[in-house]
Amino acid sequence: MSYTAAHDDHHGPEKGLLRWVKTTNHKDIGSLYMWFAFTMLLIGGAFAMGIRAELLQPGLQLMDPQFFNQLTTMHGLIMVFGAIMPAFVGLGNWLIPMMVGAPDMALPRMNNWSFWILPFAGGILLSTFFMEGGAPAFGWTFYAPLSTTFAPDSTDFFIFAVHLLGFSSIMGAINIIATVLNMRAPEMRLMDMPLFVWTWLITSFLLIGAMPVLAGAVTMMLTDRNFGTAFFDAAGGGDPVMFQHIFWFFGHPEVYIMILPAFGVVSHIIPTFARKPLFGYSSMVYATASIAFLSYIVWAHHMFLTGMPVAGELYFMYATMLIAVPTGVKVFNWVATMWKGSMTFEAPMLWALSFVFLFTIGGFSGLMLGIAPADIQYHDTYFVVAHFHYVLVTGALWSIIAATFYWLPKWCGKMYNEKLAKVHFWWAMISVNVLFFPQHFLGLAGMPRRIPDYSLQFADFNFISSIGAFSFGLSFIMLTYIVVDCIRNGKPAAARPWESAKGLEWTLGSPAEYHSFNTPPSRAVILEESQHS
Amino acid sequence: MKRLLTLTSALVALVSSKAALAEYGLNMTQGITEVSKDIYDLHMMVFWVCVVIGAVVFGAMFYSIIAHRKSTGHKAAHFHESTMVEFIWTGVPILILIAMAIPASKTLIDIEVLDKADMTIKVTGHQWKWQYDYPVEGISFISNLAQSSKDAMDDRAKGSSEKREALDAQGDTYLLSVDNHLVVPVDTTIRFLITSNDVIHNWWVPAFAVKQDANPGFINDAWAKPTVIGTYRGQCAELCGKEHGFMPIVVDVVSKADYAAWVAEQQGAAAAAAEAATQQWSEDDLMALGETLYNTNCAGCHMTDGSGGYGPAIKGSSLANGDAVGHLDIVINGKNGMPSFKMLGDSDLAAVITYERRAFGNTGSVVQPSDVTSAR
Repeated sequence: MSYTAAHDDHHGPEKGLLRWVKTTNHKDIGSLYMWFAFTMLLIGGAFAMGIRAELLQPGLQLMDPQFFNQLTTMHGLIMVFGAIMPAFVGLGNWLIPMMVGAPDMALPRMNNWSFWILPFAGGILLSTFFMEGGAPAFGWTFYAPLSTTFAPDSTDFFIFAVHLLGFSSIMGAINIIATVLNMRAPEMRLMDMPLFVWTWLITSFLLIGAMPVLAGAVTMMLTDRNFGTAFFDAAGGGDPVMFQHIFWFFGHPEVYIMILPAFGVVSHIIPTFARKPLFGYSSMVYATASIAFLSYIVWAHHMFLTGMPVAGELYFMYATMLIAVPTGVKVFNWVATMWKGSMTFEAPMLWALSFVFLFTIGGFSGLMLGIAPADIQYHDTYFVVAHFHYVLVTGALWSIIAATFYWLPKWCGKMYNEKLAKVHFWWAMISVNVLFFPQHFLGLAGMPRRIPDYSLQFADFNFISSIGAFSFGLSFIMLTYIVVDCIRNGKPAAARPWESAKGLEWTLGSPAEYHSFNTPPSRAVILEESQHS
Repeated sequence: MKRLLTLTSALVALVSSKAALAEYGLNMTQGITEVSKDIYDLHMMVFWVCVVIGAVVFGAMFYSIIAHRKSTGHKAAHFHESTMVEFIWTGVPILILIAMAIPASKTLIDIEVLDKADMTIKVTGHQWKWQYDYPVEGISFISNLAQSSKDAMDDRAKGSSEKREALDAQGDTYLLSVDNHLVVPVDTTIRFLITSNDVIHNWWVPAFAVKQDANPGFINDAWAKPTVIGTYRGQCAELCGKEHGFMPIVVDVVSKADYAAWVAEQQGAAAAAAEAATQQWSEDDLMALGETLYNTNCAGCHMTDGSGGYGPAIKGSSLANGDAVGHLDIVINGKNGMPSFKMLGDSDLAAVITYERRAFGNTGSVVQPSDVTSAR
């Protein structure tokens, strides 16, 4: 081991920009993922601002309906595949080797590749805006035949981009599985692993199971569009509803891909600031695994209106309702962790508490949507839009922001401005609710999603929602400032900046050394830092 | 400023009266069928269950946030596991879910299982309009977004205040008005057979609690037994392309006597149209009818002056000025982004094609209904 240590002395990061191109270091790649995700978040957010600007008032003011559809489509695709997923892979890259006592990821060169595919995939996707016929305009769910026979030519570029994104995700998932299973400190048992590692391990299996299905769906689209097959064309003996089955067999695990690591993040932050060990560590692990399993057998609850037989509808309704059980267990465990704690409310804790509150609201609307007869009235309305933004914005994105504040001192060795971070939190917290809460009412009152103009009874809530959207959008300028200010001017942070934080990452310096653990931590240290001590 | 006032008064109304809540559309409509009322009850039941669970969970959470904070000197306890507690909060939700699943299953089976319908209406989605066929009565017509809504939409874009008032005057019917209403009798079990001619649409009438995908190449069914006479509005609920937001549904539920009168009137009109299609039409008649049809069906993409926009220009196009065969083919069968218009009658197609060939300074030939008949 002394050899490795000496080796490190003259092998720091390479100088100059090529460092970022050639790097195989999990921290560099983690940062690349995070900055890429943040850039995509701003681009996807700009599309959302366009959508909300058009919906500010009734009538068509700013854009033609086709461009509106391009915006809704690209907003969804960029946010899901460009922002949320890469951000979690970035967090995984940064944190997992440190949390399991490893020096780096198991497959560092593949790690480099899986990141560097992303800017190209994202670039191809965004370039479709400048193509003849415009960008894909069939929604992020790209239902056939709107996405095949009736789609713009740029759809083939979209298909290629989705393939690339899929490669990247699968490679990232393989790398995380290999790291967790092979690079974990020899003394760390599976049930000693922190929850973020657990949730990411399970998420990786979801990715490996789900992404190839998506690849299959887009490949069938490709051959339907270009090579005369008719997988989704009834005129040729195919079935457009089959597309939806395949898509949602990917799509439902996908939504858990975007939320399980969030559960992990929150399970780290709440114990730290409640100064109390996580309640029910093992039930958290089992609940995560149950959710992952259930996520594969509920896909057709997105399709209650496609003309499924009643037996199918009943089954998918029951299976869907069942998801409420392990998800409920998680929420109860978080509340029990807070119970009789000694809480303080630094920015990461504010974000985590707000996650529990708002994600649970998204869970309630999810339960309502799962009731198949009621779904007849909710389906494809703004109620659905409100629901999935409560789970993906105030769920997934909230946890990413929480994680950023929580581990930023570890990443850059400096402390962010707590006062500004709190102002930013309240700004975002209030505006996001002004943005999304009225959308529940719009949906119940009968406003369909993905429409560029609406009848006047929907005008007031759309106006409120748009005002919330602009305010929420502006809050990201402040977030950018806080993070950049921390990196440039922050006060030096201690190795363990949160007094009761547990986890091997806090035993490293701040900023963490370029190679995390050259010698694996001992059993004693692992137990001392474990979440169930 | 006016908008701000509306907003303020809306907010005031929201908190002040329950009647206003209904007015501002905060909740699901109860509808006018037994099924829609069942769904509403189910929705409210699940909602209140969520409210109660939310009150318990968030109550505990906020109590903890207030009482168990370091700043008040609260010392952290160290418990972190209890199999009994985990058991309880796994078991109790399962019981609650079962209690919800029972009425939900019952309603679902009511919705999906229909023994006998009194009448059948076939609903076909097109980009971007609905076609209604009454197979027994022999009635068939297309239902487009009303011209008044289209005008208001365009005018609003131009932003002049008097035109803005014209839109505001349409109020709750803006974008929810059509040229030809679907007409159904009250207290009658109606089976809807729903399909599509191109992409997936979704036929949704909230008051009936009928929302069913219209899949090309397949037929779905749904049913409703409306109990209250009136006019009910809905919209396409599945993204179907550019004009997805502009293919509303308007249903008139009328008394059985009024319905019989309407059927007789429609049948008479259909017979007259069939007769007209065998006649030779004058160019003026074709142009007059063609202009109306063009503005309803074509102007969305090709613009009112034929200059093209989302679709190519018709003004000066080689297709409109060339041989009629190619022109007929593309309008009847569609191509790429251009939808097929074969659901229009022969006279209507002849009129709209003639209009395209003779208006905007084009010099193509006149097309007669008989040309359409032979081109089909």
